[in-house]
Amino acid sequence: MPHDHSEPHSLLPSDPELRARALETILVQKGLVDPAALSALIDTYQNEIGPQNGAQVVARSWLDPAFKARLLADATSAIAELGFEGRQGEHMVAVENTPEMHNMVVCTLCSCYPWPVLGIPPAWYKSDEYRARAVKEPRAVLAEFGVALLAGQKVRVWDSSAEVRYLVLPMRPAGSEGLNEAALAALVSRNAMIGTALAGTA
Amino acid sequence: MTRAHDLGGRPAGDIPEKDDAVVFHVGWHAKALALNLACGALGAWNIDASRFAREQLRDYATLSYYEKWMAGLANLLVERGVVSEAELAGEVAKAPRSDKSLHAGDVPSAIRKVIPYLRSSGPAPHFQVGDRVRTVPAPGAGHCRLPAYAAGRVGTIILSHGNHVLPNSNARFQGENPQPLYTVEFTAAELWGEAAEATGDAMSLDLWQPYMRPA
Repeated sequence: MPHDHSEPHSLLPSDPELRARALETILVQKGLVDPAALSALIDTYQNEIGPQNGAQVVARSWLDPAFKARLLADATSAIAELGFEGRQGEHMVAVENTPEMHNMVVCTLCSCYPWPVLGIPPAWYKSDEYRARAVKEPRAVLAEFGVALLAGQKVRVWDSSAEVRYLVLPMRPAGSEGLNEAALAALVSRNAMIGTALAGTA
Repeated sequence: MTRAHDLGGRPAGDIPEKDDAVVFHVGWHAKALALNLACGALGAWNIDASRFAREQLRDYATLSYYEKWMAGLANLLVERGVVSEAELAGEVAKAPRSDKSLHAGDVPSAIRKVIPYLRSSGPAPHFQVGDRVRTVPAPGAGHCRLPAYAAGRVGTIILSHGNHVLPNSNARFQGENPQPLYTVEFTAAELWGEAAEATGDAMSLDLWQPYMRPA
């Protein structure tokens, strides 16, 4: 597009709230968007699809070795066993933290994220700062998040550059023996499944 | 080609709001996302085209995240002939509901529907797990998913995913052109040299066969 011609979006109000309203009005008037569908989409990602889904996957993997084996072999199918599948989770890979290896996930080019298990990515994951730094200085980033690595533990960063989506399986915390799936899931935060926290921490 | 979106490895400050649990901070964030999803259902573009529309924005570096989503959406609506510039400027006549519009009742199934990017067509894989490859010297023009920080670097294939839709051609509506997709592991030392934080740390990227050569 030549630089002497404005991009079409400049025809809309520049204030983002007014811009959203204008876009909605235009699209609804033209019969292209159903306002009730917008509400349903927002409600789904606000209330139904979120990190509680991924936490259930992780808790199940801690309790059921056969499930964990399936999850590491074919995460998309294993996660679908729990009913979580669809948009932005079409090709899942689960990566397991061990005393030797800590995994963390980023998307340096945009904001790719496993929606069916973690929902909509948080603002920090989409921030320029995380996208810029996670690949070059993951240890500094982890320290900033308060993650203490074990002695000798290596770090592996997964940059989601295609339609493959990564779920980190954090290590099961000591002292969690005997807890049921729901209690274990409560120990698994969103950040722990991105790799910027450990299980059992907020 | 500025690749303003290609942020990996650039210097940057502290990461904001690390414990934030709010899904949508203000109403227009939610609306910007939902409008993108609802318009995506119209079928006038694909996911690669929507990413390309955002990364081409002249004001990429200054627009906030959901401002990028709205600007990219508005540009795509016009470029694909779904909405005219006059309509975007506010001259909209009321029209009946399009058959293609996403209905509220179909939202749960639309979100959960699995539409894979894996294809049975395309070339045979040239590489297998364990092979050493060197990425091409620079990201190609247009929508290329090879980050600049990993261009011209040697890595090892650790996963092979079959043939996936190639973003480069799909983003320009030039066909899916499925190509073998691999996860390639690079050592931190290979990518960052003496600036690497620790020997033995690694980075992995998902890269299509045209992005690499035998090392």
